[in-house]
Amino acid sequence: MQMNAQQLMDAYQGMCTIREFEERVHKEFATGQIPGFVHLYAGEEASAVGVCMDLRPEDHIASTHRGHGHAIAKGCDVGAMMKEIFGRQGGLCKGKGGSMHIADIAKGMLGANGIVGGGPPLACGAALAAKVKGTQAVAVAFFGDGAFNQGTTLESMNFAAVYALPVLFVLEDNGYAESTASSWSIGGHNPVRRAEGFGLRGNRVDGHDFFAVYRAAKEALARMRAGGGPEFLHIEFTRYFGHFEGDQMTYRPPGEVKEERNYLDCLKFMRARLVSAGLVQPQVLDRIEAEAAALIEDAVGGARAAPPPDRADLLTDVYKTYPGALA
Amino acid sequence: MSIKSFRMALNEAMRQEMERDPTVIALGEDIAGGMGALGQQDAWGDVLGASKGLLGEFGRNRIFDTPISESAFIGAAAGAAVAGLRPIAQLMFVDFFGVCGDQIVNQMAKFRYMFGGKATTPVVVRTLFGAGTRAASQHSQCLYPIFTHIPGLKVVIPSSPYEAKGLMIQAIRDDDPVIFFEHKAMYDDVGEVPDEPYAIPFGQANLLRAGGSASIVATGRMVKHAMQAAAALEQAGMPCDVIDLRTTSPLDTNTILTSVAKTGRLVIVDEASPRCGLAADISAMVAQEAFGSLRAPIRMVTPPHTPVPFAPVLEDAYVPGPAQIEAAVRALLEPRK
Ligand SMILES: Cc1ncc(C[n+]2csc(CCOP(=O)(O)OP(=O)(O)O)c2C)c(N)n1
Repeated sequence: MQMNAQQLMDAYQGMCTIREFEERVHKEFATGQIPGFVHLYAGEEASAVGVCMDLRPEDHIASTHRGHGHAIAKGCDVGAMMKEIFGRQGGLCKGKGGSMHIADIAKGMLGANGIVGGGPPLACGAALAAKVKGTQAVAVAFFGDGAFNQGTTLESMNFAAVYALPVLFVLEDNGYAESTASSWSIGGHNPVRRAEGFGLRGNRVDGHDFFAVYRAAKEALARMRAGGGPEFLHIEFTRYFGHFEGDQMTYRPPGEVKEERNYLDCLKFMRARLVSAGLVQPQVLDRIEAEAAALIEDAVGGARAAPPPDRADLLTDVYKTYPGALA
Repeated sequence: MSIKSFRMALNEAMRQEMERDPTVIALGEDIAGGMGALGQQDAWGDVLGASKGLLGEFGRNRIFDTPISESAFIGAAAGAAVAGLRPIAQLMFVDFFGVCGDQIVNQMAKFRYMFGGKATTPVVVRTLFGAGTRAASQHSQCLYPIFTHIPGLKVVIPSSPYEAKGLMIQAIRDDDPVIFFEHKAMYDDVGEVPDEPYAIPFGQANLLRAGGSASIVATGRMVKHAMQAAAALEQAGMPCDVIDLRTTSPLDTNTILTSVAKTGRLVIVDEASPRCGLAADISAMVAQEAFGSLRAPIRMVTPPHTPVPFAPVLEDAYVPGPAQIEAAVRALLEPRK
């Protein structure tokens, strides 16, 4: 697996942008600036960026309720995302979707999803479209350990296997589904074997290590593009914040997150690797971090300054409207 | 009698019924919480905390956290019910019914009828519903008309802590599948709730306020708004009947018709989408049964036919409030041109 310096810097920048975005949303939420349910992705950056690095604009991803990281990694506009989360004009979904439904079809991002297990069938559909149209496009379904027990996810793996659809099923295992531990909820305790049971090629990956994720995804995507059928990755890490903003995490052993943050953080890990291998100068990484912070500062400023949607927007976008037709 | 929140009222109802009847069990995602996490018991007590403490009291043979597999555990509740238990299953948000629709619509709803009256399916599906919390399109719907449409299901929508406890106890004791709608924006509402168990029978609407100018029919959170509107209307010399339906299946047509016979004017407030909804259903019933007593057209106060938006300004414009209800009544009372 060869990555040139630019790719390495891009990957680090993507991860920093997500981290900065999430930390900042966390703070803004605490001050009451952000309405609704917000589920943060911090701690899981290596997965979104590692998997999406080798995706092309025409490839699709289906995301989860924890979708900001996936959206950023797939190239969604950070300023418009922030406006969306604040519920303002200029939001990626005009303030109608919010954090939980953030989407940009033009970027191949099929949406965060309020329904656990809602995404995998959509990814199958995007892959089916690629097959019918004869393009080389692939699709990625991101889902959590909780969603891995949902019928829709299992049905999708089978469907993809039957039609050899180019879908990469990415199980993002952050240890919990809301308050429920994945070590308890996944029968058989072996996700890779479950996926193999449906006929998928599967791999377990350390989600703290960007390079491990990137390598596994790159290889899987290449095989899929060559007609190899669906694949599965089980990526493990910890989520840093509560299930949603405001969750006190009473179900977690105290100190669990702190330990992970100190010793297994994917950003720290990548930075250390890049520096110790002499691949990127520390000053360059500092600059990337500062740029990410500035980008997010800007996004928050833009979101705060943006006006709320127009009340008349309540009635728009329900259906496609045709000139002269009845509503 | 003491002051309790909607959440506490539900908790007390479940606790008292579980104490009384050892066949009552509860299951759902995070209804205890922290399952599998060492030393952690009952960390959540469901997503808004209504079942907190039940695990400690009744143990792991009565309280079951489940994987996120609504088809499996809602269906399992139906199966356990025909096999002799009284399960309370939680479908966290009613919007998620899509993933377990078959088990509700084709399985539990149909057993008694299809099996020639030989099956009894005493299952309660508790579910959160309603707009007003900025939860957007996939977490804010009022899907009770869909369930009301299905014969075999009973549909309950409490409007206060008192109603929540009494209707929940009845739901657990009832021998049919009951879909129990808890408005998430009402969980912290407080009110007088008796300490002892009591059951509110299904199919008996509650006449909350009497007045001859018009009849206002509502459910759930809309009852609060209707009461507020009625208070303002009374001040203005237009006292109204306010009827809390409590259950949409069975529907207490009698109380509605008696009121309309008296007032001659009807406003139906429904938080669900307007098309093929509860308001339309009641409207048709009254038009058919009591056309002669109507002195003005029936008015429906509902949200527009759109998904529930996220942005606060849009959501506030979406949900009907006291002002719209008051305006609807006033419009009926204006001399007709
Ligand atoms: C069908 C459905 N059931 C339940 C929920 C409520 N819910 C939202 S997120 C969540 C936990 C999801 O856990 P997981 O898939 O592991 O993702 P994570 O939150 O860990 O990223 C649950 C139960 C939902 N949104 N949709």
